[in-house]
Amino acid sequence: MLRYALNRLVSLGLSLIVASLVIFLVVEVAPGDPASFMLGINAQPDTVAALQAELGLDVPKWQRYLTWVGGMLTGDFGTSYTYRTPVSEMVADRLWISLPLALYALALSTALAFPAALYAASRRGRPGDMAVMGATQLGIAVPNFWFAMLLVLLFAINLGWFSAGGFPGWDDPLAAMKALTLPAIALALPQAAILARVMRSALIDIMAEDFMRTARAKGLTRSQTLWRHGVRNALIPVLTIIGLQFSFLLAGAIIIEQVFFLPGLGRLIFQAISQRDLIVVESVVMLLVFAVILVTFLTDLAYAAVDPRLRRRA
Amino acid sequence: MMRRLAPGAALSAVFVIAALLSFLWTPYAVDGMAIANRLQPPSAAHLLGTDHFGRDILSMIMVGARTSIAVALVAVGIGMGLGVPLGLAAAARHGGLLDELIMRGNDLVFAFPSLVIAILITAIAGPSAVNAIIAIGIFNVPVFARLTRGAALALWSRDFILAAQVAGKGRARISLEHILPNVTNLLIVQGTIQFSLGILAEAALSYVGLGAQPPIPSWGRMLADAQTMVAMAPHVALMPGLAIVLTVLGLNLLGDGLRDALDPKLGEGRA
Amino acid sequence: MNVLSVEALSVRIGAAEILRDVSLTVAPGEIVALTGESGSGKSMTALATMGLLPRAAEASGEIRVGGARILHRPEAALCRMRGAEMGMVFQEPMTALNPVQTIGRQVSETVRLHKGASSAQAKELARAALDRVGLTEIPLDRYPHELSGGQRQRVVIAMATVLRPKLLIADEPTTALDVTTQARILDLLRGLARDEGMGLLLITHDLAVVHGIADRLAVMKAGEIVEAGPTADVFAARAHPYTAALFAASGHRASLTSRAADAPLLSVDGLDQSYALPRTSLFGARPRFPALKGVSLEIRAGERVGLVGESGSGKSTLTRAILGLETPDRGEIRLGGAAIVPGATLAETRADMQVVFQDPYGSFNPRHRVERLVAEPFHLMADPPRGAARQQAVADALEAVGLKPEDARRYIHAFSGGQRQRIAIARALITRPKFIIFDEAVSALDVRVRAQILDLIARLSDEYGLAYLFISHDLSVVRGITTRVLVLRRGEIVEEGPTEEVMGAPRHPYTQELIAAAPRLPEDQARTEESHAT
Repeated sequence: MLRYALNRLVSLGLSLIVASLVIFLVVEVAPGDPASFMLGINAQPDTVAALQAELGLDVPKWQRYLTWVGGMLTGDFGTSYTYRTPVSEMVADRLWISLPLALYALALSTALAFPAALYAASRRGRPGDMAVMGATQLGIAVPNFWFAMLLVLLFAINLGWFSAGGFPGWDDPLAAMKALTLPAIALALPQAAILARVMRSALIDIMAEDFMRTARAKGLTRSQTLWRHGVRNALIPVLTIIGLQFSFLLAGAIIIEQVFFLPGLGRLIFQAISQRDLIVVESVVMLLVFAVILVTFLTDLAYAAVDPRLRRRA
Repeated sequence: MMRRLAPGAALSAVFVIAALLSFLWTPYAVDGMAIANRLQPPSAAHLLGTDHFGRDILSMIMVGARTSIAVALVAVGIGMGLGVPLGLAAAARHGGLLDELIMRGNDLVFAFPSLVIAILITAIAGPSAVNAIIAIGIFNVPVFARLTRGAALALWSRDFILAAQVAGKGRARISLEHILPNVTNLLIVQGTIQFSLGILAEAALSYVGLGAQPPIPSWGRMLADAQTMVAMAPHVALMPGLAIVLTVLGLNLLGDGLRDALDPKLGEGRA
Repeated sequence: MNVLSVEALSVRIGAAEILRDVSLTVAPGEIVALTGESGSGKSMTALATMGLLPRAAEASGEIRVGGARILHRPEAALCRMRGAEMGMVFQEPMTALNPVQTIGRQVSETVRLHKGASSAQAKELARAALDRVGLTEIPLDRYPHELSGGQRQRVVIAMATVLRPKLLIADEPTTALDVTTQARILDLLRGLARDEGMGLLLITHDLAVVHGIADRLAVMKAGEIVEAGPTADVFAARAHPYTAALFAASGHRASLTSRAADAPLLSVDGLDQSYALPRTSLFGARPRFPALKGVSLEIRAGERVGLVGESGSGKSTLTRAILGLETPDRGEIRLGGAAIVPGATLAETRADMQVVFQDPYGSFNPRHRVERLVAEPFHLMADPPRGAARQQAVADALEAVGLKPEDARRYIHAFSGGQRQRIAIARALITRPKFIIFDEAVSALDVRVRAQILDLIARLSDEYGLAYLFISHDLSVVRGITTRVLVLRRGEIVEEGPTEEVMGAPRHPYTQELIAAAPRLPEDQARTEESHAT
């Protein structure tokens, strides 16, 4: 188990290094020097040079890469070109909206999908199954940001149960959660549909396995067999999807924030793009990629917890 | 089996035909503004109503279908064109350096959701429909590479591949002659799924301003424009959204139907 | 009172009649064998007895286990009986256990389910059950993937017998196992029946297995029992023609004309081959598993040689090496004097050697027509026949294996398992090779089809002057089709000699063990019957 975890950890580190290189190189080849962009076209060359020095843009690229990565390791994400404030501060505030939103949605999606999948799989081919499958077919087809607009229309504008947008801050956790509820539902529903379909088909595949027949021969009822022997085996493919979904949800959160006017990472990054604040773009993208790679790592560990075949006896 | 194939094919066909038709004819011109006509609800004159510039929404949706379908189709093309050969090559040399490189590369691309790729590309080159295609396309490459590799690996362990090797055929030739035809069904099915995901992704990118730019009409941007008017004129937001839902639904049904039709071994009940 | 009585059982699924008027009984401590070819309804009878028929099945008649009626019994009541009154053991031990649960938990689950025992009590009973099936050394916290196939089958048996049910049904329990393991599992089952007074319904396609273990026997064909009675009586009488045919086919030996040994054709010299195992430490080199250790053999032109080995003996590795699909670590392979080297063998040399695989379903690309499948080895020829000549060659090959030239236009799914093996042989013959490897080529076939294919192989070998290496785990098959035999064990050839000598008087202890373990038909009976049948 330890060896497996170490192995995955090494691969996590390698992925992070390569990802940071890719991001840095992509952003570096971007045309347009941030210093001249910030000062306008009429800037004097020496003013530009001075600003470049201030922003740390006058050193060789490899040195800037090392500074950037080294900084991130210590929590220093550099200074925003536009606002001249530490990027880490800007990101920290926003992260506390986007990350809880993605996790909230992940929890909702899982909570919806599991019972639906179990229900459908145990009633395979019967009306209950068809109904669930039809609903998920529709759920997959709905763009989450459009669904979000419909939720706003119904629950905020017509019924007035929720506010149409904005975020009150975490001082009042209940109000904060309430503000995140509609966005989380909008994010979660299409993902729940996908998850439910994957889990249902995983369960149906498992039900055809020999060991399920063995369990029936022991005297377990159909549903006992499903619960005691089916679910854990079905989790193996489902975990992959849950891991993948996290990155979709994080990306989705960035879009959904636009619908609900939430001041999260999405707002930050779109502003930074329009202002060519590349250090912010670089850092936020790296943060998102880090989150995805970390979740992949956690998924790998979860596999080993579920599947003893992955953790070899020493 | 026909239960899903027929409605799926019909729905998909409606949108493809609408997109093609829009090259020749739309009920109204989409570049003409008529402020006097703005935000009209659906009526006989404007079947789906008008938007905040008084443009006919049905016409906009027809032209928007063009953008959506083109972006998604090209992106799937990129994904298949690069992903399938990579997957075949990786499987043909399973466990080798190439396999390792391809799979590691795939893992890396998977760490960049298509939106993140789009953000990076936009940061360099600015937003455009072409950049949206590239972003979605890049994301599709590992999807097809993995699928192809997995299916091909299973085939490589079959005796008929061994028989072809005994008949003196090389790995490249076996990949083309024996492996590829046997993974085609899978690729067609995954292709329709990625096509529908591409339409969703294009809509999302255009919605946040990273996709098609004005004056090219696009479903995602229509929704972005409609957002502030949802309370006054819900139909402005409803119609383009429904267009997306129906297109994606049609493609998904088509994909499911095709899978059942192409592979009788996969029974009805699968997701 | 009988622990199982089946009376006039009929089962249909839709319009298809699966079982018709099946009746049989099993008394306490009695071993009753149910035999027949695939699709005869053996397994369906077992599932009906367990109350596990598929949903769509409609059953009529009567099944009683320990006096309790099974058909139309409510599901909840059936659940209380399964595992407690009746247990079942399945064919495939590799997949019959839940891979993510410890074996202890899986065995004790039966106890906890029926007895509501505490976890400690259940564990104790599970331990006792595992001890009883001979797994005293195996801790309860092992997972299935940590055990061998034979050990897993013992776990399944422990699971089915932990509550000492009155009736145990074993559906082909040893078919997936090696012959030495099979003998031990059969001993275990016999012991359980005799010592615990458990009735055992043993389902098997193998008459030799029946002979060694069953008190009584029922022969099934197409959903009906065609003959039944005490084993010795049925074996002696063979009243029904089907039973007679089964017997004839089971002990079948192809007639092999003696041939003068010719010049050497294939020579394998000092072959070493090993595979890398998963890393055990983060930095050290990966350990290697030696699959072949200094294997040398020689086959003369037209010679019929057998290779016997259990799973893991290195059979497949040797096949792949001879076919030039893998580079050996050391050693040399020559065919007709030319070296076989992966990627560098002359096409003409490769055309002299072909192969027929075990699995009649996986051996063909399902998307090609028979014509293209059979003609594939033409790829090896510098100047292959084209157009009409090619069609003629394919037609000839098909006719040689007893198929029709028109079959060339059909796809492979239109053919039965036996026909597919004929097509595989046609494909192997198309380049007129001098040497063919038959890799378990008849193992997946029913006995009667197997006998036909063996005759075909013997005839073609005569007509074409073919040499072959016939690889099999089944001693009786090798005995019937070869004149010289090699015994492979853990990558080494431990014995070699004329087939009859080796089988009659094995010298190496391993060969002795193999031959002792192999279930046998009463020799004289099978022999006399064959002379009637042919």
